[in-house]
Amino acid sequence: MSPALPDGDTVPGGGPLDGWTADYDRQRGFSVYVHVPFCKVRCGYCDFNTYTATELGGGASQAAYAQTAALEIDLAARQLDQAAVPSRAVQSVFFGGGTPTMLPATDLAVILSRVQQAWSLEAGAEVTTEANPDSVDQRYLETLATAGFTRISFGMQSAVPHVLTTLERTHDPARIPQVVEWAKQAGLAVSLDLIYGTPGESLDDWRRSVDVALSTRVDHISAYALVVEDGTKLATQVRRGMVEMPNADDQADKYELADQAFSEAGLHWYEISNWAREIDGKPAACQHNLAYWRGDDWWGIGPGAHSYLAAGYFEDEAAHAVGIDNEVTSTTTQAHGVRWWNVKHPRSYAAKLESAASPAAGREFLTQEQATLERVMLGIRLSEGMTISDLPDPNPAVIAGFVARGLIDGRAALTGTLKLTLRGRLLADALITELMGL
Amino acid sequence: MGQWWIAARSVAVLYPTLFPGVRSLVSPIPSPSAGKLIKPAATAPELLRNFCIIAHIDHGKSTLADRMLQLTGVVEQRAMRAQYLDRMDIERERGITIKSQAVRMPWATVDEDGTEHPFALNMIDTPGHVDFTYEVSRSLAACEGAVLLVDAAQGIEAQTLANLYLAMDNELEIIPVLNKIDLPAAQPEKYAEEIAGLVGVEPSEVLKVSGKTGQGVAELLDRIVEVVPAPVGNADAPSRAMIFDSVYDTFRGVVTYVRVVDGSLNPRERISMMSTKATHELLEIGVISPEPIPTEGLGVGEVGYLITGVKDVRQSKVGDTVTTMHHGATEPLAGYSDPKPMVFSGLYPIDGSDYPALRDALDKLKLNDAALNYEPETSVALGFGFRVGFLGLLHLEIIRERLDREFGLALISTAPNVIYDVVMEDNTEINVTNPSEFPGGKIREVREPVVRATILAPSEFIGAIMELCQSRRGDLLGMDYLSADRVEMRYTLPLAEIVFDFFDQLKSKTRGYASLDYEPSGEQVADLVKVDILLQGEQVDAFSAIVHKEKAYAYGVMMTAKLKDLIPRQQFEVPIQAAIGSRVIARETIRAIRKDVLAKCYGGDISRKRKLLEKQKEGKKRMKTIGRVDVPQEAFIAALSSEQSSKDAKDAKKK
Repeated sequence: MSPALPDGDTVPGGGPLDGWTADYDRQRGFSVYVHVPFCKVRCGYCDFNTYTATELGGGASQAAYAQTAALEIDLAARQLDQAAVPSRAVQSVFFGGGTPTMLPATDLAVILSRVQQAWSLEAGAEVTTEANPDSVDQRYLETLATAGFTRISFGMQSAVPHVLTTLERTHDPARIPQVVEWAKQAGLAVSLDLIYGTPGESLDDWRRSVDVALSTRVDHISAYALVVEDGTKLATQVRRGMVEMPNADDQADKYELADQAFSEAGLHWYEISNWAREIDGKPAACQHNLAYWRGDDWWGIGPGAHSYLAAGYFEDEAAHAVGIDNEVTSTTTQAHGVRWWNVKHPRSYAAKLESAASPAAGREFLTQEQATLERVMLGIRLSEGMTISDLPDPNPAVIAGFVARGLIDGRAALTGTLKLTLRGRLLADALITELMGL
Repeated sequence: MGQWWIAARSVAVLYPTLFPGVRSLVSPIPSPSAGKLIKPAATAPELLRNFCIIAHIDHGKSTLADRMLQLTGVVEQRAMRAQYLDRMDIERERGITIKSQAVRMPWATVDEDGTEHPFALNMIDTPGHVDFTYEVSRSLAACEGAVLLVDAAQGIEAQTLANLYLAMDNELEIIPVLNKIDLPAAQPEKYAEEIAGLVGVEPSEVLKVSGKTGQGVAELLDRIVEVVPAPVGNADAPSRAMIFDSVYDTFRGVVTYVRVVDGSLNPRERISMMSTKATHELLEIGVISPEPIPTEGLGVGEVGYLITGVKDVRQSKVGDTVTTMHHGATEPLAGYSDPKPMVFSGLYPIDGSDYPALRDALDKLKLNDAALNYEPETSVALGFGFRVGFLGLLHLEIIRERLDREFGLALISTAPNVIYDVVMEDNTEINVTNPSEFPGGKIREVREPVVRATILAPSEFIGAIMELCQSRRGDLLGMDYLSADRVEMRYTLPLAEIVFDFFDQLKSKTRGYASLDYEPSGEQVADLVKVDILLQGEQVDAFSAIVHKEKAYAYGVMMTAKLKDLIPRQQFEVPIQAAIGSRVIARETIRAIRKDVLAKCYGGDISRKRKLLEKQKEGKKRMKTIGRVDVPQEAFIAALSSEQSSKDAKDAKKK
């Protein structure tokens, strides 16, 4: 989860859905994210909401975390009911962090079962957890599988020791093939996370990481360009000139190298930073992340977690506050989605829930323009592309320009779909800007 | 006057509360009966003393003036605020005086037998910078004497020297004074010798004062009375008064400062400005002491102010002669000329919608600044703005700062340039004030303005200064030692070279010890070319420059490299070229951007990412598009920030 919470409106006493009424049927998918805000060490590049102390006091301790999270799940179920959000079985659950596997496997199981109790899981629902290769063993993985987890994503990052040192990752890269093997034996689908463009990483270093990842024959790989986030130790080191700022051209080279190697090994891109193998004619994509990109509903459990629900109405007082409508006379206003985020620190998070209050810290109602912008900026990242006629104001000249510059697939464009080329993927943000006239 | 008397005087002044009896005996402030002799409009010229203070910025002129105001009782202790005469905020903050003023102060000397002799002293404050030479010359012309004030820790500076020569040319009586003798770093003996040598007196005759403590100030006032000649004029001749300053006041309109030479001026009279023949009713006439006090008029030799109700200082031009409409003079006083802009710069609002506000602001500033002129101009790159003519770099800087501070305008200004005369093959002549107007086609010759520059520096820097001036196309005219280790060097230099970071270079090559003064000295033919800068083949008019042929390449290389660093990468390759006509002399390439995408965009990232995109829209407003290339305003500002111009002016203010 992002470091600083966004600016938003104050959340009323009744919680993030106070005054909200949903406006759709049960067709839309519903997913649950669980944030586990603990790590053994904080890595130098990481700006996620995570804490290394085992004892943060009260319900914020690691040991009590499962119970605290369960309180929010119960609260969520009640609030969704009150807001007339259609009750649906959960299509995917994702445990992220932090390091979810800092908790005992049984704690993760407890939280999952609480989700199940609250809403039930769809048949074949995807249940993923992120994991640090260091923090799991065979037994742990078997426990997860037994508890209903279907997928695991290991933070491998690199196979090269000096790169891991720069990233301050403590795991032994030699352990990767072993944990992948255990996970597969336990029946879990496996994904590996890689980071490229770390200061000091050569093109050969990166090639080696790609090769090692592919050698495990996983069905899914995510590869992310290293971003130096404000406020991280890495940012300080760059500012002081101790390490060099990652170079965008170098990262572009590495992206292209990875894309080629993955494709040759049968893993194809389905989102800008994600590649999956086709199994039974379907890519082994992460269903949970697809839910974000396709704009489904999702509830985020845990400190700093964000949640989102599509279209509805909210009472006019709030309309005035966000300035969607300057008319103060109407009683309800339409919004094109509501998003909120929880308080950041585990201790205030626990304190809120223990006093039966919502842990939400702020919320925003989306205007039509904002909702459209989000839809485009997320949808365009997918290989399935976007339907051009769905765009708010598709400008044929702009689209023709994209084709001419090799940013989108010309044939797909002719049949009405906007689909990024390799070059276009690397320039997706510039493309969104142009497309939306920003 | 004997030495004993001066000693008694300083005791009386410095310790009045300790010796109340003594004070009444030798009070420097005229008694009421004596005061009647020096009433405005009724003071015999023999009792008048008109003087100015020539000093370098921060050599303590304003502080000394403050002490004089206190000693003469014109300003009471409790009403005193530091630098009373500097009215504008900018002046007080920077410790410099932009506009001169004249203050009338009573002063009395007392004979050994106790007879009191009252005098009216007019202190005419002069601007202290190179850009305002003409105004200085008119202020000097209003005086019979000048106090040459030099910091006892720093010695004389080039501008002071230039003004000293100006004062000597005007045949003013010079009173050399060392200030700040209370400073630990003061070297009064050394610098007394230096200025004594310049003025032609004995070092022992150089007065030593401290504006800060008041030490020696009473003696200085006595010396003024003693040596400055009384004004001489014909009281019966048609009236003639010289304008030495005019200031726009929001409530009163233009306040004109004059020195009466012949005849007199009286309230409710109609007066005429001899250069324009315009006539005005004299609504108010008076003296400043130190607030305006209306009087029955002004007589021969007197200094004061006029109010006619006009709203624009252009109707009351410095140097012009005021006479009465009826039975007026036929011959104006000598020395009038129109202020001529020497340096030009394009001023553009960063936000295009501020254009009308910029126009209004310039119109307002113009009311109080006869030297400021401007006309609308359009730049492909910068939009709508004005080409503004200034007296020099400090003038430019002051105007820019006032536009920013008083009017809240954020501006881009193009690199300052001088005015060029271009003669074509067919003998047509074109005046170029904006490099982008430099004509193509067959040119016979180009003439540029030159200046006569005076540089004062410790002699150890002679080599460095010669090297610099040579590289700036300078011709050495002469060199003199002011003292064993200080030298005065005189050069002819193209003004364009001075405008282009000369002062910065001079300062850095002399570790800040050199000072510079210059005055226009005609024009010369030079081998000049226009260098254009092209972005993706599109000329960026704001970056065009007229440079000497031998320096064109260096300019092209410097500018293209600078822009390469300043312009963000685009989705396509952007060539940056420097060209003379169609011939490319330097080239850089901004490579196309290859990666512009957020790696991760999951649940918690969406809000932040959307807000970033929304913000981008705001950022776009601050972009100028040249062809297809988006250039941020910051790049223009940085590329044009002619570190030279702004720093020059700032340094010029300091030293």
